[in-house]
Amino acid sequence: MNDTAFVSTGQVGRSLPRVEARAKVTGTAEYIHNFRLPGMLIGKICRSTVPHGRIRHIDTSAAAAIPGVYAIVTGEDIRKIIPDPYYGPAFHDQPILALDKVRFVGEPVAVALAADPHIAENAARAITVEYDELPAVYDEVEAVTATAYVHDVLKPAGTFADLKHLVGRRQTNVALDFHLRRGDVEAEFAAADHVFAHEFRTQQVMHTPLEPFVSVAEAANGAVTIHTASQNPSFVRVEIARLLGLKENRVRVRTAFLGGGFGGKLYIKLEALVTALTLIAQRPVKVSLTMEEQFFTITRHPCTFRIKSAVTKDGRVTARKCEVYYNGGAYADIGPRVAQKSGFAAAGPYDIANVHIDSFETYTNRPPAGALRGFGTPQLVWAYESHTDLIARALSLDPVEFRRRNLLRDGRPQATGTVMRDAPLAAVLERAAAAIGWGQPFDRGSGPVKRGRGIAIGFKASISPTASVAIVNLSGDGSCTLYCGTVDMGQGSTTAMAQIAADCLGIEAETVRVIAADTDVTPYDMGTLGSRSTYHMGLAIQRAAADAKAKLAALAAELGVPEGTNLPIAELFRRKYGAQAGNIIGTGSFMPSHKSPDPQTGQTDDATPYWMSAATGCEVEVDTETGRFRILRLVNVADCGTAINPRIVETQLTGATVMQLGFTVYEGMEFTDGQLRNPSFAEYKIPGIRDMPARLEGEIVTSRQGGGPFGAKGVGESGTYAVSPAIANAIHDAVGVRISALPITAEKVYRALREAAGNPLPED
Amino acid sequence: MSSPVEVRMIVNGTPRAGRCEPRKLLIDFLREELGLTGTHAGCEHGVCGACTILVDGVAARSCLMFAVQADGATLTTVEGLADGDELHPLQQAFHRHHALQCGFCTPGMLIAALDFLATNPEPSEAEIRDALSAVLCRCTGYQNIVKAVADAAEKMRAAGGAS
Repeated sequence: MNDTAFVSTGQVGRSLPRVEARAKVTGTAEYIHNFRLPGMLIGKICRSTVPHGRIRHIDTSAAAAIPGVYAIVTGEDIRKIIPDPYYGPAFHDQPILALDKVRFVGEPVAVALAADPHIAENAARAITVEYDELPAVYDEVEAVTATAYVHDVLKPAGTFADLKHLVGRRQTNVALDFHLRRGDVEAEFAAADHVFAHEFRTQQVMHTPLEPFVSVAEAANGAVTIHTASQNPSFVRVEIARLLGLKENRVRVRTAFLGGGFGGKLYIKLEALVTALTLIAQRPVKVSLTMEEQFFTITRHPCTFRIKSAVTKDGRVTARKCEVYYNGGAYADIGPRVAQKSGFAAAGPYDIANVHIDSFETYTNRPPAGALRGFGTPQLVWAYESHTDLIARALSLDPVEFRRRNLLRDGRPQATGTVMRDAPLAAVLERAAAAIGWGQPFDRGSGPVKRGRGIAIGFKASISPTASVAIVNLSGDGSCTLYCGTVDMGQGSTTAMAQIAADCLGIEAETVRVIAADTDVTPYDMGTLGSRSTYHMGLAIQRAAADAKAKLAALAAELGVPEGTNLPIAELFRRKYGAQAGNIIGTGSFMPSHKSPDPQTGQTDDATPYWMSAATGCEVEVDTETGRFRILRLVNVADCGTAINPRIVETQLTGATVMQLGFTVYEGMEFTDGQLRNPSFAEYKIPGIRDMPARLEGEIVTSRQGGGPFGAKGVGESGTYAVSPAIANAIHDAVGVRISALPITAEKVYRALREAAGNPLPED
Repeated sequence: MSSPVEVRMIVNGTPRAGRCEPRKLLIDFLREELGLTGTHAGCEHGVCGACTILVDGVAARSCLMFAVQADGATLTTVEGLADGDELHPLQQAFHRHHALQCGFCTPGMLIAALDFLATNPEPSEAEIRDALSAVLCRCTGYQNIVKAVADAAEKMRAAGGAS
């Protein structure tokens, strides 16, 4: 079937208000945050106080003696009911509760259960744990050569062919190493007019969804039901079934609206824990994390990126070498896939003949890192676009012109060898440049206050291959119900999917009922992640709608209704069943083609079904006497193919811009000897309304994604790619100093200014 | 643990009563005892503002108050904004302007805006930003929220200040 054969009936492209907006403004929208069950116990977690250590003894007696405490549960209690209680999407390395060892401060060690949350909390505090501390490692580069090992042995999930070679590796903190080789970089460096080498770093940050992680489990009659704020219920079902040795149909995982996700609520977070607890307690169990506890659950990878380029005197990049170290923390989560799937795009959206990439996922004694709005990409763009800007300035080339000269054009191979298609990088760059007024004279400031402008561009491949399945159900009155496992965490998928289904069926989007992910009724979906849903689930819905239409046509033929009669669906059912009765069920699934990269060279001619791109322009004002800076304008331009709902796309774009603004200038998890010093909103500042740039703009470059539903592709992450380097580049333009480690703070700018003036400030 | 005490309050125009421990937070009382789950607990330490409600007509963080402190008070939560099926102008504006994404902060935003417009019915954009700075949103980037509040203010003025 040709997916692009659909001619829009006008539902796609409407900026209709979100279908769930009324529920959200009246306080009636369902969140798992609100969910309670009769007889439910609350679990509160006792967490590790040391970064790395062997558990010598856990004393639960004082906690268990507190009136109202139902039970205290440790890792050993869980091991009695789940013999191998380790989980994870790439590696089975994370215990449900710590076993034998702890690997970071904040790791769950034991749980206190009580009907009253205050009693559970008091009891969790009354648990005492003795540790034999072990040497720890925190830095992603040091982890590669350190002799303190976070794990004794690597435990990749057996199901992945490309991870099998890692099984049983010992004495290493490198969970995964990805390599890409194209051409001969060393020969090019030796012969080049210019060679530039820099190192850039990013800090550890957290998603901080305002609805903290929350899961509820209940078990009865050999089956388990988990109500959870999860971005991928299908994965949770498969993984819980594996842990319990059950068939998938004995595990039900349902979600509601999520109060934010951003990649945090993926894979297993609390689901395995509440499942084990309910099996032990034989009562429903809810665990709701506090904002503080979220910081000990999942984060964005800190990253060190060493980048080196060969450049001709006329400004062509001919070789690029990338060494990328991702700090994955104590458990792999999806980190190995981050190192691989982002790693292959580490050289940036440029046409470079010779590319050498080494990308490492490392274990350290920090909270685990996984996916956060970009799957490792913002860390890469931070480095390659800072580097690109430095090269342009060193060669006295206009930074936009330098990028223009090297940009990867449609039809040219990216570093993997996969030919770039439908990625309007040039249009995205030019629109961002025009929007910020690049090349136009502007007020450069006066006295101690200077102004500058910066630009940056990034791109990302869709994670591949992944599958989505959808069901379209037409009822006796002709109304449409859509069963789709895409989780609405705020991105607007309920509305967008209703629009896609409605457009295919020629009905109003507002009339479509979308059933939230519930594995008892909604079919498989790999997950709401990596800006994949619009494309993958959109295509599955399109196919399900086509299937329903074909069945309608067959029914019409069976009833002797001539083609083109356009009899209402309800009338067809009435003629068939003699009443308002019956259903037509259309099903559809989609999985893109994909070819695994060669393990030695990373080469493949089919790395991804589509590419996403975004460019940011920034104008900044810097006070040279204090280092304080103000962002006057921030313009983010992204390519989304066809916008299914333009207004929602714009909101996604500015929302992502502001989130990345936080990761650029405000946010950072601060550690001393593995102890996190600022795990709360009082000390970890996310952007508030007064922190917005004076002018914040988001623009869509409309294009057409070949193969996508109505030419659409994902856009949830794109706004994050290029924000950080655009700001650093603007500061450099204003005052001539370069900040190479995020976050960019007034202190760092001031120190750099003093350093540049030959009068450095002493270190603290 | 202290023994439960009786708490009485008027919530969204209806007298309500319940028994709770003195240490019970107002937000937990609203959500668990009164079943008003529209008010959300985000950070639980007074920074994010998702739990904002009106206490005797003034915006307050329900995560920083004990239920017993609201004994005898008149409260307004997000559930009390609409008049039957007729949404409040602020709710309509948030709906129309896409002033929400995940919706978790929305009840707090709406109540903070309600409190603000009661004292400043004709605000500038800067004043709106200032007034809403007590509520954090992780999704939207705030722009549509500012537009929605400005639009709602205009509609409320046109309707003669009725809310």
